[in-house]
Amino acid sequence: MSQLRDRIKDTIEQEPVVAFIKGTHEQVFCGNSDRALQALRGVGAGFAAVDVLPDPRIREELSAVSDWPTIPQVFVAGELVGGADIVQELAMTGQLEATLDEKLGQTWRRPGDERTVSVTDGPGLRLVPGG
Amino acid sequence: MVAVIAPGIVGPMSERLEELLRAAFPDAQEVDVLDRTGGGDHFHVTVVDGSFAGLSLVAQHRLVYDALAQPLRDGTIHELRITTKGGA
Repeated sequence: MSQLRDRIKDTIEQEPVVAFIKGTHEQVFCGNSDRALQALRGVGAGFAAVDVLPDPRIREELSAVSDWPTIPQVFVAGELVGGADIVQELAMTGQLEATLDEKLGQTWRRPGDERTVSVTDGPGLRLVPGG
Repeated sequence: MVAVIAPGIVGPMSERLEELLRAAFPDAQEVDVLDRTGGGDHFHVTVVDGSFAGLSLVAQHRLVYDALAQPLRDGTIHELRITTKGGA
């Protein structure tokens, strides 16, 4: 369990822009997750997405880390920027770009640079039989 | 047949959410709860409160989540949209 939490924390800290969503960047299964991604795309931000659907523990651990109860959650430079409503509002008022500029300089302007990363498999998390 | 309440009609869940929000924000200039689908589980709540001034949107929304922690936890709220303003 703590391994999963560590993976989530590492992802939040290492990815300049990361959105925890229901689905992937190519196939979103939730209107709110889609609103968050559209806001990021609207300003031309590159981002990593994490799908919370494969395992309910992802969402539980994420909310424990972020103190935020709902999905999606968008983080910039390790900090929670908001859920769908906030990110959309920030995008409409120009504050999303300002926030990205402030936290990341100009490095975030990578339109189309999108990928989905996993926090449940890969080298960081190994399931030990019976462990 | 199950009668479906039209979106925007005030149902018992809307009233419960408004009570929770009024209790958490007694000095709010505006508390509004919209049942987006009429199904009693998809809501858009708006809170305008002078005490929000100077708080980040994340901090403002956290206060709303705190006020609605019980219905969020027990699953009666499936989806929640939030609009907060610091007021005049």
